[in-house]
Amino acid sequence: MKAGEIHAICGENGAGKSTLMKVLSGVYPYGSYDGDIVYQGQVQQFRDIRASEHAGIVIIHQELALIPELSIMENIFLGNEPTKRGIIDWAEARLRSLDLLARVGLREDPDTPIKEIGVGKQQLVEIAKALNKSVKILILDEPTAALNESDSQHLLDLMLGLKAKGITSIIISHKLNEIEQIADSITIIRDGKSIETLDVKADGVDEDRIIKGMVGRTLESRFPDHTPKIGEVFFEVKNWTVGHPNVQDRLVCKNSSFFVRRGEIVGFAGLMGAGRTELARSVFGRSYGRFISGQIYKDGKEITLKSVRQAIDAGLGYVTEDRKSLGLNLLDDIKTTTVSANLRKISRNYVVDPNQEFTVAEQYRKSLRTKTPSVEEGVAKLSGGNQQKVVLAKWMFTDPDLLILDEPTRGIDVGAKYEIYGIIQQLANQGKGVIVISSELPELLGLSDRIYTIFEGAITGVLNKDEASQESLMKLMTSARKAEAA
Amino acid sequence: MNALKKLFGGNTRQFGMIFALVALIVFFQIATDGRTLTPGNVINLFNGNSYILILAIGMVLVIIAGHIDLSVGSVAAFVGVTVALAIRDWGIPWYAGVLLGLLLGALIGAWQGWWTAYVGIPAFIVTLAGMLLFRGFNQFVGKSNTIPVPNDFQYLGAGYLPEVGPDTGYNNLTLLLGIAAAAFVVWGELRSRARAKALGAEVPEMWVTALKLVLIAAAILYATYLFATGRPGTSFPIPGLILAVLVLIYGFISSRTILGRHVYAVGGNRHAAELSGVQSKKVNFLVMMNMSILAGLAGMIFVGRSTASGPFDGVGWELDAIAAVFIGGAAVTGGVGTVVGSIIGGLVMAVLNNGLQLLGVGADLTQIIKGLVLLIAVAFDVYNKSQGKKSIIGLLMRNSGRSSGGPSNPIQPDETTSTKEAIAREA
Repeated sequence: MKAGEIHAICGENGAGKSTLMKVLSGVYPYGSYDGDIVYQGQVQQFRDIRASEHAGIVIIHQELALIPELSIMENIFLGNEPTKRGIIDWAEARLRSLDLLARVGLREDPDTPIKEIGVGKQQLVEIAKALNKSVKILILDEPTAALNESDSQHLLDLMLGLKAKGITSIIISHKLNEIEQIADSITIIRDGKSIETLDVKADGVDEDRIIKGMVGRTLESRFPDHTPKIGEVFFEVKNWTVGHPNVQDRLVCKNSSFFVRRGEIVGFAGLMGAGRTELARSVFGRSYGRFISGQIYKDGKEITLKSVRQAIDAGLGYVTEDRKSLGLNLLDDIKTTTVSANLRKISRNYVVDPNQEFTVAEQYRKSLRTKTPSVEEGVAKLSGGNQQKVVLAKWMFTDPDLLILDEPTRGIDVGAKYEIYGIIQQLANQGKGVIVISSELPELLGLSDRIYTIFEGAITGVLNKDEASQESLMKLMTSARKAEAA
Repeated sequence: MNALKKLFGGNTRQFGMIFALVALIVFFQIATDGRTLTPGNVINLFNGNSYILILAIGMVLVIIAGHIDLSVGSVAAFVGVTVALAIRDWGIPWYAGVLLGLLLGALIGAWQGWWTAYVGIPAFIVTLAGMLLFRGFNQFVGKSNTIPVPNDFQYLGAGYLPEVGPDTGYNNLTLLLGIAAAAFVVWGELRSRARAKALGAEVPEMWVTALKLVLIAAAILYATYLFATGRPGTSFPIPGLILAVLVLIYGFISSRTILGRHVYAVGGNRHAAELSGVQSKKVNFLVMMNMSILAGLAGMIFVGRSTASGPFDGVGWELDAIAAVFIGGAAVTGGVGTVVGSIIGGLVMAVLNNGLQLLGVGADLTQIIKGLVLLIAVAFDVYNKSQGKKSIIGLLMRNSGRSSGGPSNPIQPDETTSTKEAIAREA
């Protein structure tokens, strides 16, 4: 790798990208791996993170390592406090943090607690923290996974800016368009081996080329073929208004109305924080926010869903965007997870039948082709794609009429995405309604039959598959003007 | 060694505890010249610890759900004194007293459960307050006096199975119970094995199952023999009987019922559980309430055994119960633990206590040793998790000269998880 370039690392989930980065940054100490790290002409032996940071290699993890209760400034200098005779010199820290924040283009008071700024800005604080350590190589593991389009763009621009200042960056990402946009060279990893290194300019690399390297074959299409069989409207939400759970007078959903037909895949597009998840979760048994007003109709009858239990009983399912902290009990194994939302079905007199549990889990393992040695394997040991399949199995087992999928392919590699799309289409073919919430517009465009756009808690428009494009969606997603309903 | 591991079906953690318990018993048996495994001592051991073990049953559920209960000793004392007073002053019969005690326990539990589950105050705080509150109530109601209970109530804490049937030289009921228990274990194990096999799940080889059952049955029958041959008038103690019934009931509830699953789900990941339709508040409420009911029962058994209720009953019980649960393999963060494990953990402590007493070791040294045992038992667990190894047994295998590259398939899921997670968090 050359100094002052942006180097991208691509590979399917479980290909070994994160492991490689952990070796580089000293999370896995010298001696726990074979081979050499050659850096500035010398073989390095990092015993811990401190050692690698000392050498100027800083890693920023997918899950941010900031402390929510502390301020921006305190976080930047955490573990690296400027001191005068052993006492923290806050004046110095403030000056330096103002400078650092300016360099990453973040206009916030350094005293603001981290929990009060958005994920995109937190990411910038992480970079400021790295800059403070006089970083030479910056490793970013999926930096844009949790960011919306505009925050992502800002981050990518910042990386280009850092490159101009001679800082080398390594970026791991599943978003191939971003890689194509900023990377100078790309290393593709498959099954723990580096397959090839491409020079973006010389080789004329595009997304399809990268995918080919990652999966070892060319994917004909990123979406399975699907002919929708759309029936009548069976689920309808009218004038849905929900308040923020903590802040009085703040609305997260404003007078939203939408409907879903049988066998239809409906997309919800919106920027991060637009209120997509809030809308979905408040409909799903009021599991978010303060309910203010609105009606839900299913099969023509008005229903009231006051708890998640009622929502499940009424035939709703919700797959969360945050698999690890909201979707899974990581202590559980596959079979326990599969049946966990519908224990009654495998129970008699409230006593669970372990044999039925096993049979059900085994059935879904086969039909969804979950890669695991057995259904008794812990879910924590599975890759993201397989975890998502287990979560889907859990909700399919509740036999919902309407399944809401919130970012169903986040953090999942290309091959598994294709399979998940297939499962979603299969569900629609069975006459179920499916709502897909996604930040990736190509995904929505490829999958949905109809797309609603949400902006600041309100539905701003709805487009049919044939009239939607990235541009038209983006326009509706960023403006409060109510577009013509389709 | 490999065979030994197979015996316990990959559940090496529990195996480690059983192994430690057996080793401890053997050690004391030798060190005390055979005074440990005498009928009198074993009966004594059960009588003197049953109330702690009953508390451990409730405590493990509380800890699985991610809470803790510090008030159990005070609750036990308050229930004990109230029941003793009611029997003495109102002249109610013993069974009405027991009913009153359980009801009072439920009421106290509802109080603490309400604060914990519905108001959202951490159980640590709620029960710390409860610890003071109910100790105060105990001394207020009882005016810090000792209140005796009548003979029929004492049966609850110091009674034995009666002599019935022909004179065989043994206590017939105890024998019957022991044989029934052994038969039940054999039948249950064989049945579940057959079912699992029919479904195509992996089952251990037949000889493994057989050997395991022979060992368990032998242990049960030996214990039966000990209990049945005690000094005349003694046999299997009533508190032990109550304990056994509770272990069966709660073991079943925790592992096989929807409610049990929900307790684990709430402790493992409350948000995920809620989004799967689990009413976590209700679960927390029930778990806390259940703990106080069991604390009330433990308090009454203790009063029965010591023939009177006093102002300092149950001091420090909460810590013994919590120690038993953690030695038995529960996790501080919730979601992990078993009823049987906690009983074994409690027995380890009890045997240790008893053995040291027989050896004439003073109370000071006993405390030091118990403290170290708790620390080392949990440290062992933590260490093995961080090494990604399996547990005590893994270490034993290595030390016996075998290469460490043995079969590593049936790793417990939670162990590797936490390793990875720990690394990720550290980073």
